[in-house]
Amino acid sequence: MTETFTPPTRFAVPGRIAVSNGTAGHWQTATLTEIRRETPRAATFRFAVPAWVGHLPGQHLRLRLTAADGYTAQRHYSIASAPDDSGHVELTLDHAEDGEVSGWFHTEARPGDRVEVRGPLSGFFAWPGDRAALLIGAGSGVVPLMSMVRHHRARGLSVPLRLLVSARSPEELIYAREYGAETTPVFTRAAPPGVPVGRMTAAHLDPLLEAAPAGGWEAYVCGSNAFAEHASRLLVAAGQPVHRIRVERFG
Amino acid sequence: MNVTRGFTGRPRVDNHGLPPGQYDAGDDWPVLSAEVTPDLAPADWTFRIDGLVEAPRTWDWAQAHALPASAYEGDIHCVTSWSKFGVRFGGVSLDAFLERVRPLPAATHAVAYSHTGYTASLPLADLTGGRAWIAWEYDGRPLPAEHGGPARLLVPHLYFWKSAKWIAGIHLLDHDEPGFWERNGYHARGNPWEEQRYSGD
Repeated sequence: MTETFTPPTRFAVPGRIAVSNGTAGHWQTATLTEIRRETPRAATFRFAVPAWVGHLPGQHLRLRLTAADGYTAQRHYSIASAPDDSGHVELTLDHAEDGEVSGWFHTEARPGDRVEVRGPLSGFFAWPGDRAALLIGAGSGVVPLMSMVRHHRARGLSVPLRLLVSARSPEELIYAREYGAETTPVFTRAAPPGVPVGRMTAAHLDPLLEAAPAGGWEAYVCGSNAFAEHASRLLVAAGQPVHRIRVERFG
Repeated sequence: MNVTRGFTGRPRVDNHGLPPGQYDAGDDWPVLSAEVTPDLAPADWTFRIDGLVEAPRTWDWAQAHALPASAYEGDIHCVTSWSKFGVRFGGVSLDAFLERVRPLPAATHAVAYSHTGYTASLPLADLTGGRAWIAWEYDGRPLPAEHGGPARLLVPHLYFWKSAKWIAGIHLLDHDEPGFWERNGYHARGNPWEEQRYSGD
């Protein structure tokens, strides 16, 4: 080894979490144990994965379905459940129009079915619970953020955590029953009486940034690309440092 | 083989252009980046090659555009499973830049880095021989910022995380030094045809 190299630019977002290279390397069988309806379009699928090594909130896995003729389809999905020792993971999937994999889950899958998974993957959009976290999601972009919220609760963490979640209407708000004081929902098309309708604005973010804890927020933004662009620009405009914004775009 | 009950999948097409585990994104071009899209004007864009080279150099927008134009027309493949067929990028072959800085014989690897600080590591051999570009046009128009404009690295024979957006420079080394995703669990090389997605593949 000779020199090492650090780019002569500010490093955007330090990858601070070491990723185990061994666990991501092989496929394991996951058995569907439960299906829970979340919204008309989204459902949660719970799997038993006995050899699962655990994950950090925000990590994802890769899932593979195999047809009888050997054809396979693979997708990345964020993990919705908090890390625990139960040997189970949960995914919450939208029923995508013409979705090859989500279509199978929403129309065909039933408990007892087996699929293959590998992971957990990526140490970037992950939150071990060590820093104050400002979570901003829209639609199914709330899934990895919910893993963080659940982790925060399950461990009784005292580090500050806030969630801004955008949905078209109360009916389409995933995990609606689970939110507590940490969460502010934003409704873009229809809202309960007395709640304004409209997209997320600086008026939602500014108070949170003004009330930032000592050391500031680590911001996690997840949703469609259009939402991620909008929310991350709002954050920058509100003074959140660019290098402390992590973005996961559901392409 | 672990057959999934009731799963038939999309109708099969005889598509030899699709690497294993990929699907055809059609007209979609998903945006995948882990950071905030920067506001980077062409006038502020520069591109540098240094490290193990005889003559390190920085080009600005006009100087880079004075190099011979070179286009790529073909396919691109993202590790998240989508592939996109028949895309057209315009820019300059990386060979044109490299021949002006003259890599030293000891140079075997490269770290490509962006104006935001994103890094991607590659064997130098994957950047030479007409297989890599600095691209600033897509489909005959300026490359959109969310896809890496004003200019990005383009290494279409590898998974697309190697094609660093908002490219700022390439540093040549005599060893592999993992970049952003390579440190976050992804494969050192990322050949889609061998499905080198993650470390250990």
